[in-house]
Amino acid sequence: MTLPDGVERRSIAGETGLATRGQPVYGEPTEDGWRRWNPNRSKLGAMLETGMQTGLSGGETVLYLGAASGTTVSHVADFAGPTYAVEFAPRPMRDLLTVATDRSRLFPLLNDAREPTAYAHVVEPVDVIVQDVATRGQARVALENRRFLDDGRLLLAIKARSEDVTRQPENVFDDVLEELREGYEVLETASLEPYHDDHLGVVARPD
Amino acid sequence: MTTHDADPGWFAGLDPEDLDSGVDAIRDGSATEPREWPQEAVEDGAIGDKSTYYDWLHEATVAASERAVAERERASDQQLIHAIRALDDCERVTNELTERVAEWAGTHDCDATVDTEYVQELAEREPEDALESHIVTFASRVAALDDQATELRAFIERWTPDVAPNLSALAGSELAARLIALAGGLGDLAKKPSGTVQVLGAEDALFAHLRGGATSPKHGVIYLHEAVRGTSPEHRGSAARALAGKLSIAARVDHYSGERKPELDDELAERIERIRARDES
Repeated sequence: MTLPDGVERRSIAGETGLATRGQPVYGEPTEDGWRRWNPNRSKLGAMLETGMQTGLSGGETVLYLGAASGTTVSHVADFAGPTYAVEFAPRPMRDLLTVATDRSRLFPLLNDAREPTAYAHVVEPVDVIVQDVATRGQARVALENRRFLDDGRLLLAIKARSEDVTRQPENVFDDVLEELREGYEVLETASLEPYHDDHLGVVARPD
Repeated sequence: MTTHDADPGWFAGLDPEDLDSGVDAIRDGSATEPREWPQEAVEDGAIGDKSTYYDWLHEATVAASERAVAERERASDQQLIHAIRALDDCERVTNELTERVAEWAGTHDCDATVDTEYVQELAEREPEDALESHIVTFASRVAALDDQATELRAFIERWTPDVAPNLSALAGSELAARLIALAGGLGDLAKKPSGTVQVLGAEDALFAHLRGGATSPKHGVIYLHEAVRGTSPEHRGSAARALAGKLSIAARVDHYSGERKPELDDELAERIERIRARDES
């Protein structure tokens, strides 16, 4: 498994796991300036942990959709370049703002990821889109934001229960992937278990 | 590839020293397609180099998000409680005064009826004499109060989703606001067991039951919800219990995290569907 520069497996507090270098954010264990990246709390962390080929090498420009409180975004901003973080709910945004204070290349945007025209005047074309939104229409969000990718990668975590709790996750994943193929070539998919139930990790590139 | 005919970047025409205009440009601007903004900003002479551009962008996006958060959070639960109480007062007084208008107007106009439509129509009339002008002025005050109630309803409709996104998705804005008001706040609602949420608004019946004799109420204000009303009386208690459970969870998510969880909608729909299916079997 290749990890991006700036992400390492390190032994922290007696346990070995993913870590990045930066200011601690959510009470994670730290050692020598490195802080644990807990895959149970981060879909992207789980994608790296399960060995998916994310294509990340470090230093990329990133558009992060569904930044929430900034748990994952904080790690991304530690190893990536300029990082645009879109989150629509005010309360998690407050936590995200705290994360952004210590990270000068993290740009928080209180916007709806389904309406990219409201932030396309701020966000430049990026190398990577990371998407973790808990709404229905996750494929639609990815397609709407395809305009920010020339080539590069979409790293998507599909949450089956956000689309439809009553159906089998596998069927939901199939539908989302089929819709996603309208604008992307899917390179790899993998279940994010045991870190996240009913989630599918997807690596795709614009088609 | 700098084509400047399309939508400009957020920084166009701005002075990096002037943070306020940068904040406004970020919040109010738009573009159909992204472009290499950092490079354009440097080429346009808006800023010296890319690194300074990113410093500027960081300062402006943080400030813009802080302000947007503050604005949306001003939509606090306490504001909603005032709004829902003002709405109830407006409606109660409008009803009372509508009767008074109809009674008075009836001495003058044999088509007078006790409803707000009649009051609205009367308020528009051109009075024919001094006496009628009193009645029309009175009617126009009542009509204005009725309009105020409509405005308050629209306000509640718009603001409740910001205060409690999940609760209002499950319950609808008005019922969500009523539950918050009955509990005394979103935090109070989040701390109540779902059995209490089930009978909020039915306190009289509940205490009659606790004193002995009366049956326990099956539902309080959540009766307004289609999941309860649309279920056959036999299963209404189950529906009310299931609904109250999901609404409690929604209130807790709203209070403690504030993030929207659409799966709650489906979980509720699924539960109610299963309860109603008992009728068919």
